[in-house]
Amino acid sequence: MKTFRLLTTVAALALASAVAAQDTPKSGGTLNAVIQPEPPSLMLGLVQNGPTQMVAGQIYESLLRYDKDLNPMPSLAKEWTKSEDGITYTFTLQDGVLWHDGTPFTSADVLFSVDVFLRETHARLRASLEQVASIETPDDKTVVFTLKQPFGPFLGIFEAGTMPMIPKHIYEGTDFANNPANNTPIGTGPFKFEEWQRGSYIHLVKNDDYYMAGKPYLDEIYYQVIPDAASRAVAFETGKIDLLPGGSVENFDVPRLTAMDNVCSTDAGWEFFGPHSWMWLNMHEGPMMDKNLRKAVMHGLDREFARDALWNGTGKVAKGPVSSVTRFFETDTPDITFDPEKAKEFLAASVYNGETLRLLPLPYGETWQRWAEATRQNLADIGITVEIVATDVAGWNQKVADWDFDMAFTYLYQYGDPALGVSRTYVSTNIAKGSPWNNVSGYVNEEVDTLFADAAIQANDADRQSLYTQAQNIIVDDVPVAWMLELAFPTIYRCDLMNPVSTAIGVNDGMRDAWLDR
Amino acid sequence: MFGFIAARLVTAVFILLGIVVLNFILIHAAPGDPAAVMAGEAGAADEKFLADLRTQFGLDQPFTVQLWNYVSGVIQLDLGFSYRQQMPVAQLIWDRLPATLLLTSTAFVISIVIGVIAGVLAAQMQGTWWDTVISTVALLFYATPLFWVALMASLVFSVFLGWLPGFGYETIGANYTGLARVLDIGTHLILPASTLGLFFTAIYMRMTRASMLEVSRLDFVKTARAKGLRSSVIQRRHILRNALLPVITLAGLQAGQIVGGAVLTETVFAWPGIGRLMFEAINQRDYNVILGVFFISAAMVLLFNLITDLLYGVVDPRIRLTS
Repeated sequence: MKTFRLLTTVAALALASAVAAQDTPKSGGTLNAVIQPEPPSLMLGLVQNGPTQMVAGQIYESLLRYDKDLNPMPSLAKEWTKSEDGITYTFTLQDGVLWHDGTPFTSADVLFSVDVFLRETHARLRASLEQVASIETPDDKTVVFTLKQPFGPFLGIFEAGTMPMIPKHIYEGTDFANNPANNTPIGTGPFKFEEWQRGSYIHLVKNDDYYMAGKPYLDEIYYQVIPDAASRAVAFETGKIDLLPGGSVENFDVPRLTAMDNVCSTDAGWEFFGPHSWMWLNMHEGPMMDKNLRKAVMHGLDREFARDALWNGTGKVAKGPVSSVTRFFETDTPDITFDPEKAKEFLAASVYNGETLRLLPLPYGETWQRWAEATRQNLADIGITVEIVATDVAGWNQKVADWDFDMAFTYLYQYGDPALGVSRTYVSTNIAKGSPWNNVSGYVNEEVDTLFADAAIQANDADRQSLYTQAQNIIVDDVPVAWMLELAFPTIYRCDLMNPVSTAIGVNDGMRDAWLDR
Repeated sequence: MFGFIAARLVTAVFILLGIVVLNFILIHAAPGDPAAVMAGEAGAADEKFLADLRTQFGLDQPFTVQLWNYVSGVIQLDLGFSYRQQMPVAQLIWDRLPATLLLTSTAFVISIVIGVIAGVLAAQMQGTWWDTVISTVALLFYATPLFWVALMASLVFSVFLGWLPGFGYETIGANYTGLARVLDIGTHLILPASTLGLFFTAIYMRMTRASMLEVSRLDFVKTARAKGLRSSVIQRRHILRNALLPVITLAGLQAGQIVGGAVLTETVFAWPGIGRLMFEAINQRDYNVILGVFFISAAMVLLFNLITDLLYGVVDPRIRLTS
């Protein structure tokens, strides 16, 4: 019995040490990832598109990061406080942070980044900065933001893609867009820019002077530019690529790739963005002005089929304007489920008289084209005739911005809070021809306008929830857009790449903590 | 001869200017502009953002002013600036040129060598089993969509057999130098160059075969035979040399396109060439890059047309060139 106990103890110890060894990050190694399309620039203060964020998110940092429940975590700020009235936010910066050229990072860089550089260049942040009355830097390590009034989502705008820190000593007094330093980005992040062979790859190397001792673990990262989706899948299959960020391959390739040996995948790492898809319904003119027709369309869409057949069962059927991963999501909204009979009833009560409606698919690859086909079939089944209008990306932008459609697919990010990524789609003050990212449908409801405006400036979350719940109920009943899916873009990677997704923006800033168990 | 060349060069300058103006008008007629595309990629924009970008790109200027600015730049050999890629267009094209020249030239040589040899063989064995096989295989490569052949080649030789790399220009991160690098690039070149080369092989094969058969029926060939010349000499010196004129015309046309790159092949094999640069620029409405690539391609087509005309005189001395 004693021998047995000894053996079991030894076995348990061996197992524990093996597990511990697996959990202990190893330093070193080269990571090969795909980047598509090739970013136009790596200067995150000037360009914030997806590919730029994915690479530059390892070079630049902001004051905070966010966990998968969107709780703020330290980044360049080690701690922060909020005054009781919700007006003053004080950030204390980390010690020993250096820019990649060796210059110390201070509160003056924060002030320059936010108040000078990004206020000029960053359209999305500029809207939030309207709430800021002043920014003060009492010392090198302290930054104090004073707001004009409480702004509920304020602590949610400190992610690297929204508020990247820009080196004051390089950009102050220069023409930001044409500064030669844009081609050799200097940040404070865990990886430094090394080389960019346009059309081939971007090479980042470990920042040996990173302020967190021991991090990052990887020696270098190659982001390889492979323009064809099928070729990206082949590159992963042949072992040339370790990491396929979400959306890198066509959905129909995902099951085959994830079934391979030593291949893992995760849907996590998109919580901050909450990619939410819908069809704009043009309410400026034509039959879509009729709520009954919009409801007929909404009930006529078999979104479960789309999810299962086109998106491999990933993602969720959207319940309304707010994604379930975004704060203040309301579960108990009016019913918009697939119900062809109900759709036909609404159609019969509508002004629709058989005219052909123009549908713009999103020109982002095969899945979206197939989704448009499925939608046309769904709507044909209830008696609506649809013509699919093919465009490229530039043409899509122009047609949507000019309201030249009846229905148009899109998806947008929600940035964790309705005030940052939802209200822009529904408030009437955001109707303007010329932009495909505002209230394109032309939805006007004064009550909704008031609810969104009030909810944004509440200091208390319970008050915000109450107002957003009311707004969601009204909007879902009005159906200004046809909500489709909360999209999921699985990140596919070799299982010996550990911890590639550790925050709410996934691989965009995840390489700091990733390591290779090889 | 010199008069002929001078006249052709002067004409070429006017043709090039016409092409520049026409391309400029056409590309600006397409829906969307680079500012909207860039704002779209960022997922957000306000009026100030779009206005700033349009000012930066000069898109807020009247169309005629934009046209004049561009044409006067081109006359001074300034192809403009890619605001999307934050680089001068000439540098972007120059950076991509080696990869494109390597791919298209290799494919060019493959297609001419294999095409002409196969065409000669097929003509010599007209009506036989070999003729049928050669013609069928060549046509198969021509008729099958290039991107499909490329993908299948990648699957077979890269995924299933593991013999050749399936994408890229060289092994990234290997940092080879000297002969090792040459071999590495050569290995990466095999699949894309073969795929593209085999596509054009059929054209050369059919053209050579038809031309050989036509020439072989002419009187001077009968005379040569009557003189008792060896068959191989007749084939090489009399029939092939005369049969090559249409092949040279075709090669001249293809050579002019060498600089334009090969969009499909470069895309499937992730080859960092000019074809991809142009394709991406069209999608992004990066006007200056599109116009720059078109300009260089057009100039090359005109140059190679001139070279083709000069070669006629070399191959067939009866052809005299006059202005």
